[in-house]
Amino acid sequence: MGTTDTTASGRSFGKGLGFRKSLMTLAASVMLATSAQAATPGTAEVNTTGLAVTDDTVTVGILHSITGTMAISEIGSVQAEKLAIKQINASGGVLGRQIEFVQEDGASDWPTFAEKSRKLLRQDNVAAIFGAWTSASRKAILPVIEQYNGMLYYPTFYEGLEQSPNVVYTGQEATQQILAGIDWAVETKAAKTFYLLGSDYIWPRTSNKIARKHINKLGLNVVGEEYYPLGHTQFNSVINKIKLKKPDVIFASVVGGSNVAFYKQMKAAGVDFTDEKPLLLTISVTEDEIRGIGGENVEGIYASMKYFQSLDNPNNKEFVAAFKEAYGDDMVIGDVTQAAYLGPWLWKAAVEKAGSFDIDKIREVFAGIEFTRAPEGYVRIHENHHLWSKTRIGQAQSDGQYKVVYETEELMEPDPFPEGYQ
Amino acid sequence: MFDGYTSSELMSIFAMQGFAGLSLFSVFVLMALGLAIIFGQMGVINMAHGEFMILGAYTTYLTSGFFQLYLPGLFGGYFFVAMILAFLICSALGALVEWLMIRHLYHRPLDTLLATWGLSLIMQQAYRSIFGAREVGVDLPEWMMGAFSVTDLVELPINGLFVMIIALSTAVAVYLLMYRSGYGKKVRAVVQNRPMAEAVGVNSAGIDRATFALGSGIAGIAGAAFTMIGSTGPSSGQAYIVDTFLVVVFGGAQSLIGTIVSAFGISQAQSTMEFFLSGSMAKVLTLLVVVGILMLRPEGLMALKVRR
Repeated sequence: MGTTDTTASGRSFGKGLGFRKSLMTLAASVMLATSAQAATPGTAEVNTTGLAVTDDTVTVGILHSITGTMAISEIGSVQAEKLAIKQINASGGVLGRQIEFVQEDGASDWPTFAEKSRKLLRQDNVAAIFGAWTSASRKAILPVIEQYNGMLYYPTFYEGLEQSPNVVYTGQEATQQILAGIDWAVETKAAKTFYLLGSDYIWPRTSNKIARKHINKLGLNVVGEEYYPLGHTQFNSVINKIKLKKPDVIFASVVGGSNVAFYKQMKAAGVDFTDEKPLLLTISVTEDEIRGIGGENVEGIYASMKYFQSLDNPNNKEFVAAFKEAYGDDMVIGDVTQAAYLGPWLWKAAVEKAGSFDIDKIREVFAGIEFTRAPEGYVRIHENHHLWSKTRIGQAQSDGQYKVVYETEELMEPDPFPEGYQ
Repeated sequence: MFDGYTSSELMSIFAMQGFAGLSLFSVFVLMALGLAIIFGQMGVINMAHGEFMILGAYTTYLTSGFFQLYLPGLFGGYFFVAMILAFLICSALGALVEWLMIRHLYHRPLDTLLATWGLSLIMQQAYRSIFGAREVGVDLPEWMMGAFSVTDLVELPINGLFVMIIALSTAVAVYLLMYRSGYGKKVRAVVQNRPMAEAVGVNSAGIDRATFALGSGIAGIAGAAFTMIGSTGPSSGQAYIVDTFLVVVFGGAQSLIGTIVSAFGISQAQSTMEFFLSGSMAKVLTLLVVVGILMLRPEGLMALKVRR
């Protein structure tokens, strides 16, 4: 990290001197790592690069938009990350240190994300950054975090085609979400024809490219592919086109306010999704979005995600209860919110396995780190910094929750660079 | 693209596509009327127009919540109450904004642009603080949902019909107010020659305030109507502002008829092209055509001829 000697590292080094120098040998650190947390290891050993770590605390950064147009989506992630940090602190912290956080606002503005991540890394010397939501904001942070060798835990499902040594992707890359979803529609619903519809930016376009390739490989047909500008609110023409083409499946990746307009207008045009004629499969509508759209407008649609709030397992029950206790009973938890919750826990596991807060040491131990208490069940970090996780199909109910109708038997392998798309 | 369809299927699709165009037209008219009054009659570029619309949408949201809690029996009719409330609240806020801010900026049109843009940011953040950053779902009465089947294939969305009726009646009301009332006569007098109007005793400051309030109030009605077809969130207003300005500028800033003609032209062009091309391409082509026509006629389609 640094040529500059920051106050934080200066302070910690002073305290570290209390230990005899011989303790800093390899043998000693191995011993410390294996003796679990019998004694809190000295700051000088667990932090050799000047991160904001003291004998009792470690500082991390949270960087999401809490103002501006993306605040709608990102606030759930902030809540989940804070909850995870609170729970980790209650259970004894990381390497015996309580986590403190510095929160910055990306303000839905990509250059601001770059500036704030630089501030977090250079001025606050944070040990990890939990943040970003859109791909654009991640791309803005990327050069900064690579330059200063930080580590970003990125929660959103995204288009793939990226694998930075300085990012851990706790959401799904595109193939994890799409392939299983299409296979399910083909196998259980005998779908033959697909209509691809999305907002006009990189994620829907890449997702539909992957979807189209997979559909063609199965020998089936794409009868239409269509993109609308972000924020578009008039879908009557495309609804007519869909009525004319009569696809078996509408594969939708419309985002933001457009989502609300699209589903309201589908419903108004007399489409009842519970009839499944056509069946609608989305990769962009989580429980969070349904709050804005209205449960009655999406009743019957299917979503391909890795997490639904209604998942029936003990981890998730505990998580949902804790989340509601912290933020109120009317809260809903979507896929990304859960993925954001994984970030601090995976970081803790990696730090403890490495026995160090140093970014380079953590990076070496990432592959194979698992989190057995994940609300989604179980996840494991792949050597490509994405997560092995299951894909599930849920059907939206009128109360705004999804009913899980299918889940993959095995964990899906993350494949950020599917063949033929580079 | 029409291989393998019977002629009756094609007929019904075209009927529905025509309806889609008309319903886009009525949305444009509703969006643009308020702005056309403020921009056209007063020369104020109101960048906060979208936020006034969203204020109307939030009013509808609160009214629906109130009816669900206290008057569930009358829920089916709450929408009419909500529209009236939206008009009143938005025009009251409009009058306040005019008094606090706009009246000091009448001779500096570019500054009104900046000032109202700042106002739009303030309003967005206020919504975010009060209602939360997430979009809210506005519950609609059952009778407004669904479609009205003309034949097996032709189904007309009820809320689309409803928006059309609101747009039509608002346009007629504005026309009557502007061209058949004493107030309208004064507004037109002030627009055409302010010093002369003042000389014959017209209270031009009062006219300005009433006009700004009227434009804001119509934005409120539009916002209430759009809860049926779009989203209600702190920044949802941004989705409408570009189209709104496009319609008003294309129509010729000072002509209400021009606004309606331009709304019709743009909506028909866009919905026809959306049917044959993809959504983004349709938008690009529409904008190109509008830019081309504005280069030939910088004053817009129906410019008011005034001696300079």
